Formats: sequence, C-alpha cells, structure tokens
Amino acid sequence: MSDIAIKIEHLYKQYRLGVIGTGTLSHDLNRFFAKLMGKDDPYAKVGEVNDRTQKSTSKYVWALQDINLEVKQGEVLGIIGKNGAGKSTLLKILSKVTAPTKGSIKAKGRIASLLEVGTGFHPELTGRENIFLNGAILGMTKAEIKAKLDEIVAFAGIEKYVDTPVKRYSSGMKVRLGFAIAAHLEPEILVVDEVLAVGDAEFQKKAIGKMQDVSKNDGRTVLFVSHNMASIEALCNYSIVMNNGCLEFNGKTSEAIDYYLKTNFESTPIKHYTNKGNEHITLHSISVNKNSKAIYIGDELEFEVTFELKRTTKTRFDISLQLLNEKNVVVATVSTAFCNYEIKNISEKKQTIVFRLQNTWLNEGYYSVIFRLVENRANRAVYRGDDVLTFEIKQKVVQEYIKTNGILRPNVIVEEK
Amino acid sequence: MMYKQKDSSESWDIVITPKTSLLSIDWKEIWRYRDLLQMFVRRDFVAQYKQTILGPLWFLIQPVFTAYTYFLVLNRMGNMPTDGLPPFLFYIAGLTIWNYFATCLTATSDTFISNAHIFGKVYFPRIIVPLSIVVSNLIKFGIQFLLLIFFIIYFDWKSPDFDFHWHVNILLFPIPVLLIGGFALSSGMLVSAMTTKYRDLRFLLAFGVQLLMYASAVIISPNSVPEKYATILKFNPIANIVEFFKATILNHQSIDWPAVIYSTAFLIVFLLISIIIFNKTEKTFMDTV
Repeated sequence: MSDIAIKIEHLYKQYRLGVIGTGTLSHDLNRFFAKLMGKDDPYAKVGEVNDRTQKSTSKYVWALQDINLEVKQGEVLGIIGKNGAGKSTLLKILSKVTAPTKGSIKAKGRIASLLEVGTGFHPELTGRENIFLNGAILGMTKAEIKAKLDEIVAFAGIEKYVDTPVKRYSSGMKVRLGFAIAAHLEPEILVVDEVLAVGDAEFQKKAIGKMQDVSKNDGRTVLFVSHNMASIEALCNYSIVMNNGCLEFNGKTSEAIDYYLKTNFESTPIKHYTNKGNEHITLHSISVNKNSKAIYIGDELEFEVTFELKRTTKTRFDISLQLLNEKNVVVATVSTAFCNYEIKNISEKKQTIVFRLQNTWLNEGYYSVIFRLVENRANRAVYRGDDVLTFEIKQKVVQEYIKTNGILRPNVIVEEK
Repeated sequence: MMYKQKDSSESWDIVITPKTSLLSIDWKEIWRYRDLLQMFVRRDFVAQYKQTILGPLWFLIQPVFTAYTYFLVLNRMGNMPTDGLPPFLFYIAGLTIWNYFATCLTATSDTFISNAHIFGKVYFPRIIVPLSIVVSNLIKFGIQFLLLIFFIIYFDWKSPDFDFHWHVNILLFPIPVLLIGGFALSSGMLVSAMTTKYRDLRFLLAFGVQLLMYASAVIISPNSVPEKYATILKFNPIANIVEFFKATILNHQSIDWPAVIYSTAFLIVFLLISIIIFNKTEKTFMDTV
C-alpha cells in the first residue's frame, strides 16, 4: 500500500455552452444514434481550450482537460487559479456532485466537501435540529453527531441560540455553524472551497487552526481552494496552479504562488479612467513613479492621483490609498487626513495630488492599490475603488534569484563590532 | 509521468468514473445513509406545520372538507352512485389513498429541481430524497387512515345502509398502500429525472394528476360507468389499486385478484425503468438543471 490518498488520472469534463432548449433534444438524439452504431460521442471532441475571453467555435467546452494528480495522505494541497480555471469543477467531481466526462478519480476513505457551508439548513428548524440534518447530509450518522454536538455548538459559539430557528440567525452565525459541523465531520479527505472568506477575523483564525489540526494531528488529506494567497501559504505545503482547465504547475506552494502571480499579474503603473467613481467623486487617473521605467526596492514611491469632486459640502474630504501586496495583505495606508493636506472642496474641477512615500523598503513583488474617498474624517469611505492600480517592485541588481521572505526588504549593513 | 505504479495491488474506497452499469444501485450506501432518510422525514414533517396553530390537524381537515364537497356536488347534485356505500364514506376512503399517491407524486417529481442547491454542493445517494418523501407522507397517510377508521365505525353505528362485516381480507390493506406508494415513487422519480433537462413535463404533471383522479376510481365507481369506459379503468393500474384498497378496508365487494396481479407486475417493470433513468440522471444532472 502506498500513502497516496487521491489519484486522478486523465480527467476530462465537458460542458455545453449556451442555453438548454429545443436544440438539446436533437443533440441527445444524435448522441444516442452514434452510441447505437458504436461510434464515439459526436460532441466529445478534445481540443477546444476553455478560455472564456475568446469566442468559442464549438458549442461544447472542456472545463477540465487531462488532469493528472496524486495527493499524499495527510497533505494539505492548495489549488490556485483565476476564476473559471476549473478549480471548482475539479472539486465538484471529487465530491461526486457531478460526474467526469472521461478519466477517473480514485480515493481512499470518505470524501467530504465544504463547498459552501450551511448547505441544506432548513430555516424553520432550530440550530440543534439543523446540526443533525446537516451532519446527516454530509454523511455522518446520528450517533456520531450526538457525540460531537456540544463540541460543534461550542466551536460555532452559538450556545445561546441552539434552540432558536435558524432563520433568526445572523448570516455570520449560519456560516460559523455550517463550518463547525463540517469541521467535526472527520472524513479522511476534506475538500474546502473559499469558506474562509466569510466570518470575522477571530473565526477565520479558528477555522485555519482547525484545518491545520485536522491535517497534522489526524493525518487527514485536505484540498483547499482559495484566492487568498496568504491563507494558501499558511495552510498548504504543496499547491497546484490551474489555468483554462489544465493543470499548469504542481509543486511547493511558494513556487506555485510565484508561478501564478507571474502568469496572471499585470503591472500597469499608469492608469487612466473614463468612467470611474460615483456620485461623490470621479477618478480620472492614478499612477506610480510614472517617469521611471521600473520600480526597485528602496525607491521613493510617488503616487499621482487626478480626480474631481462631484458635490461640495461643508465637511472635509480625504483621499486615502491602501497598498496591498500579492497576498492581499495591507502593507500601508496613506491618507491626506494625516499629512496636513486639505484637498480643495470645490466640485466639478479636476485636481491632482501627489503622495510621496519615502524610505518604503517594500520587498519585491506585486502590489495593488485601493482608492478611497473619506468624508468628514469618518472611518467609512463614501467611495472605494479596488485594484485601481497594480505595479511591481523589482530587485535592483539581480545577481542570483533570491527572493527573501517578508513584507519589507530593508537595506542592511552588517559589520564586525 | 509518474503514474505507472502497480495499480492492482491498491485498494481504493472510492472510484469516480463517467459511466456505470444501468442498474447499479449501491444498496449498502443507501443503508449507510439511513439516518439521513430519517432526518429528511423529520424535517418534512416538522417543518411543514411550524408556525401554524392547528399543526397536524390540517391533515384531518383537508380530507373531510374535500370528501364533503364531492358528496354535495357529485352525489347530492349529480346523483352519482357510490357502490351502495354511504356516499361520504365512499369518497373519503378513495381520497385517503389517492391523497397519498398524489402528494407523493407531486413532491417526488420536484426532487432534482427543488434540491438543486443541496445536490450541487454535497453528494449523498439522491434516491434518499424521493424515498424520504414517500415515507414522510406515509405518516400523514397513517393519520388520515385513523380518520377513515373513525368514519367506518361511525357509519356502522349511525347509518342504516352500511353494516361493517369483519373479514380476514381487511388485514391485507397495507398491500395496496405499498403498491400505491411504489407507483408514486417510480412515476415521481421518472418525472423528476426527465424535468431536469426538459421542464415541459412539470406543466403536464400539474393538471395530469387532477385528471388522473377521475380515471382512478377515486370518486367515480367503475361499476357505474358505461362499458366502454370501464375497460379503460381496468387497464389503469392505479384504479385497480384504489379499488383493491376499498375492497379490503370497507369489505363491500370481493377483491379482483387478476387486476391486483396485473398492477403489481406493471409496478415492478415501471419501478425498474424509473430507477435506471433516475440513476443515469443523478450523475450529471447538475450540468443540465
């Protein structure tokens, strides 16, 4: 016996594009006759690449193409990819929700999926009744659930509400309860898709801890899909990168993330917008170091923002920029509010301001900017634009490719004392 | 690549492939999910009457009012004969078993579409859902059956033209109930499997069930219809089962055994076909629903 928990061989999945209507019957009949004559399925021709930006020539598309993968027992495998890369399709086939078109998956033990937690909650039933119902849907027996009931309730932190119908729960409570049930499922293989995006910070920490616990202490295998590179990195030793239905990279998580970012991150240090904003503001353009060809570690960062206020009030407006690194961690927030600069409170007139960030020493990598307009020094933004700008910071002298870990890369002098 | 290991020596618990044989039902798996069946039954039963004042009493109010309406319209105004039975008893006996069939059929025929949100996320043997519907409606049927027994005793005591005679046939009444449940299950599964792709059948079913009632000996006695229509009733297995049920519980006529055997054979073939189609749909319906 080897220690392989999941083995995927030549897996393909085909979907039909467009709507299902009157035309479907004729396709079904064609297929049936082809089968009758012993021919291949006339619509299952391999070749069409699933790129959703290109207009397709065929009516069928391959959501997965020739996926081969082995996952060892006790491993936490991250799955990275753009939207529509086939990650969810893969997980769906793994959790037997839909069948593959070709190929096979073999696995040892029970597979449970956390595709979206709280599936099958009945709003009229109480929390307790729903724990039993949901647990049973996920494949637990009544005795198993009974044994873990208290643990589940405590983990979800809903002791007070166990006997209240779930329809009176807040959405956060529902998610916590759903995750708690699934996390106590004890399957040999756990499939997780983006559940950590919900819930507050405390719960996210708890959830990540639980998943690490599950794989390390109990030797269970976890497949984890997320867009949050930080949580992928925290949880997974190995990751795969998927693109257009194909498996493009399989290796260590840090290398997989690098590969993914390199192939998917576009650096555009100058951005002009024609129609960005809302009733409070129009954002015309934003740029960083627009006169230099590349940005290196240690360079002063100069953000230039051109905008136009749409209405004037007696209150004060502030512009703030948030810098996020490739793992979506906020590395800096700069705002006119703490820089003794007051933007002119005049409407319908373009103004340009410049933020100069000195001695940043940000590490090499890809960064994105969130643009916010804040009214009256309040914490709440009246306008927020995500990813208004993306740029790359490079190493100045690349002697050998060594990427250091960490958010900062300060200039270090080492000397004898 | 590195996939050339000896495969035969390994034991896999789960193998996911595109095709399976037509009749492969994993009975062991269904048995493993028996707790889920129980939870679904509970959910259907409990959730239905939450936030109602009368609760399960509605199970009793429905058939009484419907039977009384037929009594007024068909018997009093339309002078339709009722096999020599008190009209109200005749109607409520037919409605008790018919309601079981009709509610099971309409509920199971929606299996795939109304559970798409669950089916799209987790796997469990899909057949659990229609099975749970048939079982939870059996509880409802049980309550209505008690009501029917109440009326049998009542009419035996009050009505001059009805005298209840004990006969061993009465003990056979679970058979027609099981048969009609089987029919509801298989037709419901068939419709639900087919509606995932072609929604047309839902429209047909909505009024089809209503029309079928008139051809199923529920409120119209086959003994009182003209000869040429009576043969149609003879070939309707549902009508045969409804007659069978009435014959056991009311003991007002003898059981037509050839008709019962015909209906049972019909059911077995029908059930096999619908399980095959249901199983085939279960694997890929998420892509088409």
